[in-house]
Amino acid sequence: MLNSFEPNGPLESRWKKHLFDLALVAPQNRDKHKIIVIGTGLAGASLCATLGEAGYRVSSFCFQDSPRRAHSIAAQGGINATKNYQNDGDSVWRLFYDTIKGGDFRARESNVYRLAELSNNIIDQAVAQGVPFAREYSGYLANRSFGGTQVSRTFYARGQTGQQLLLGAYSAMSRQVESGRVTHHSRAEMLEIITIDGKARGVVVRDLVSGELTTHTADCVVLCTGGYSNAYYLSTNAKGCNTSATWRAFKQGAFFANPSFTQIHPTCVPPTVENQSKLTLMSESLRNDGRIWAPKKIEDCEKNPADIKEQDRDYFLERMYPAFANLVPRDVASRAVKHICDEGRGVGAKIHGKRLGVYLDFTDVINKIGLAEVEEKYGNLFEMYERITNEDPYTTPMKIYPAPHYSMGGLWVDYNLMTTLDGLFAGGEANFSDHGANRLGASALMQGLADGYFILPQTIANYLARNTFDNIDEHEQVQQALDLVKDRINKLMHAPDAQYSPEHFHQKLGKILWDACGMSREQARLAQAIDEIKALEIEFWKKIKVTGVDKDLNQTLERAGRVADFIELGILMCKDALNREESCGAHARVEHLSPSGEAKRNDEEFSFVAAWEYQQDEVKLHEEHLHFEFIKPTVRNYK
Amino acid sequence: MIFTLHIWRQKTTDISGDFVTYQVDNIDDDTSFLEMLDQLNEQLITKGEDCIVFDYDCREGICGACSLVINGHPHGEKSATTTCQLYMREYKNQTELWVEPWRASSFPVIKDLTVDRSSFDRIIQSGGYVSVHTGLAPEANNTLVEKHASDEAFNAATCIGCGACVAVCPNASASLFVSAKISHLALLPQGEIENENRSRRMIKKMGDEGFGSCSNHRHCERVCPKGISLQNITRMNRILG
Ligand SMILES: Cc1cc2nc3c(=O)[nH]c(=O)nc-3n(C[C@H](O)[C@H](O)[C@H](O)COP(=O)(O)OP(=O)(O)OC[C@H]3O[C@@H](n4cnc5c(N)ncnc54)[C@H](O)[C@@H]3O)c2cc1C
Ligand code: SF4
Ligand code: FES
Repeated sequence: MLNSFEPNGPLESRWKKHLFDLALVAPQNRDKHKIIVIGTGLAGASLCATLGEAGYRVSSFCFQDSPRRAHSIAAQGGINATKNYQNDGDSVWRLFYDTIKGGDFRARESNVYRLAELSNNIIDQAVAQGVPFAREYSGYLANRSFGGTQVSRTFYARGQTGQQLLLGAYSAMSRQVESGRVTHHSRAEMLEIITIDGKARGVVVRDLVSGELTTHTADCVVLCTGGYSNAYYLSTNAKGCNTSATWRAFKQGAFFANPSFTQIHPTCVPPTVENQSKLTLMSESLRNDGRIWAPKKIEDCEKNPADIKEQDRDYFLERMYPAFANLVPRDVASRAVKHICDEGRGVGAKIHGKRLGVYLDFTDVINKIGLAEVEEKYGNLFEMYERITNEDPYTTPMKIYPAPHYSMGGLWVDYNLMTTLDGLFAGGEANFSDHGANRLGASALMQGLADGYFILPQTIANYLARNTFDNIDEHEQVQQALDLVKDRINKLMHAPDAQYSPEHFHQKLGKILWDACGMSREQARLAQAIDEIKALEIEFWKKIKVTGVDKDLNQTLERAGRVADFIELGILMCKDALNREESCGAHARVEHLSPSGEAKRNDEEFSFVAAWEYQQDEVKLHEEHLHFEFIKPTVRNYK
Repeated sequence: MIFTLHIWRQKTTDISGDFVTYQVDNIDDDTSFLEMLDQLNEQLITKGEDCIVFDYDCREGICGACSLVINGHPHGEKSATTTCQLYMREYKNQTELWVEPWRASSFPVIKDLTVDRSSFDRIIQSGGYVSVHTGLAPEANNTLVEKHASDEAFNAATCIGCGACVAVCPNASASLFVSAKISHLALLPQGEIENENRSRRMIKKMGDEGFGSCSNHRHCERVCPKGISLQNITRMNRILG
């Protein structure tokens, strides 16, 4: 049985009560405990900073050449908090409500409420670190509204909020590196978890420069290793983002929750060439002022948009969802855009015979508030767009198309953010916790920082205080974990019939997942995809070709290992999607959509978190049933 | 399009490298510079050769990982642009391109086009922060920040730590990078208190890491992909008195 260890009682006092019940580690005992943190994005860096400051010994690892380059750096739009500075009726309760509803009633109430509660403290913390959030002329912090909400609760730093928050966390972490309490290793990739007596006690790490493998032991291990949208090959994530850490954890006994809950973001730059390496997000904040439309008539699709008359434009989100219009949640917007393009009303370059794009038009807002103010708000995003496409969004409407962006699924964690493997914690995008079946804008940064600054430091202390830790440096499991990694690398380096590059397999996997397990899903197609990916897996291990040697900086080898894990994850994503006979949030099963294309949940049978357990080449489903005591599940309706 | 690429190949830090010439064809206008290198690497895999190593991650100009000197220009000739934001439409068909790593003794080459920039991390560790404890921050709006100062601080804070400023500087000085962090924090009331101490420690660390000092060549501002202004160096010098 899965136990989430959720506290009970009034929602408002659950976290406080829980904090009181958690055991503490006395200050003088803290440096006797060593903690390993894998990943130093927002979640990991903020955790390292806080644990170091508390006095623990921390070892951290990231695969980039510096913690400052974690994928969090790319977040554009902003971070939510319930400060209610705009006096528009915001509150902890409202953010809690929006997040539960936005997630289509597939997240835990206690966790989400705690997140909303902690949001304000994050802003205080960031401002104190010198994060230069946008301000008004009065000197007060500025806010804007963001997809899926009707209040202005989003804090931002032009279009570079993630960068500024990460640099804040990185600087706080750097301070602890200087103090000697955090030892950080860059260009280091974790490839296995060391499990002893059912507890996570260490990791095997590959030094990406020398190719050397080393083992590191500790009292517990925390994974803050980000999301897995790159399973689709093309996504808005940085190229290095991968599932390897979470997948190794899964294979060591940590359950993987809701793997099919992946978010496809509506506003990305459409692909322009068939060999493209990644897709770029255009921040959702653009939907505050831009109007989305497509030509009403297919024959207009090739025209210059300026030549398409007002009455021949279909502002389809405004037409379909008058109340929320261009601000409907991401999944709703993405499906609508796909629907339009499937009808043949897309615009832009043809990729594999289809035009994948609709317009995002700023003419009205430029007329209304003037060019200068539009530039102040969106200048750097417009510039980014122009660089990529060679088109000027001030004069020609942008073209956008959905792209994989965020993974709500991830390692199953309880209220303490501990996985089903004792001593293994997961924070940030790597866990499944707070966003249900769909994440609202500006809430991932909030969650990563809440996990790292405020939740994990407390729950980890509790774990350390309640357990004893023998010295395990000589334990045979340490050597076995190392051998497992060596063996795997060997297989990757010496496939029997080496022919194809990691990219070759990754692109194939991406195409299968995008078609079968992307914006719309269907039983037969999912079943077929599972067979296709299984065949791809067999072919991969036969034909993967890695040149160079393993005891060296070898990016081909790095990629091969990550693709191998994505392939296995891909199968689980499809299985999960197949199992969930309903539509909810980002998971749209065509068999369960209303005639107008909206998700039809099945609360009777599927109001649960699907937590998958790995068992010797099979997987077993565990259901964590969700209880809604405070918000009655309703049909999400954005009309 | 077709390009002739002369690419710096170097096996390790200790073994000196050389340019190797490759031909790439079938390159689309909308292909990015790094995608062209991806394509070349795919060819190398087919031929059974070790791939060309270069740093990248975000591929949208924000992580600061990418770092190529193209025809003598860090991040290529286009202003305010990172290597990953270069598209081949900016180059004439059939041109020859010379591709090298950053060159500075404080950024030793690791392999091919990849260098070790951990010296930048150590400079930040020496003082590039506000010494605030987690959890003890006061209500954010209790300290108001004048909008202009906040905007200026933001501009300085957009440095991506790529190191192009060092790569282009005849003295291999890291002054633009260091001054950007010092300015960012100096312009905000939260960071102002530690100004002097912070600046001294960071400057000392810059010297210890082997970076030169600034003698006003001003190349750094020109190549900086984020348009970090030389005024930051002036401000830093003022703080140091
Ligand atoms: C383009 C874009 C824009 C976004 N904009 C917003 C926004 O405006 N607001 C918002 O709230 N959210 C936004 N998001 C989502 C948000 O940025 C991410 O969910 C969040 O930053 C993830 O943080 P993280 O700390 O969990 O992981 P990451 O920042 O991805 O960090 C992962 C870390 O793990 C390390 N790592 C991974 N695997 C290993 C391994 N095996 N060994 C060693 N190290 C490893 C990496 O090196 C890295 O340090 C955006 C996402 C994208 C793609
Ligand atoms: S100052 Fe500019 S060139 Fe130097 S590291 Fe920062 S962003 Fe790069
Ligand atoms: S790859 Fe991130 S800035 Fe170029």
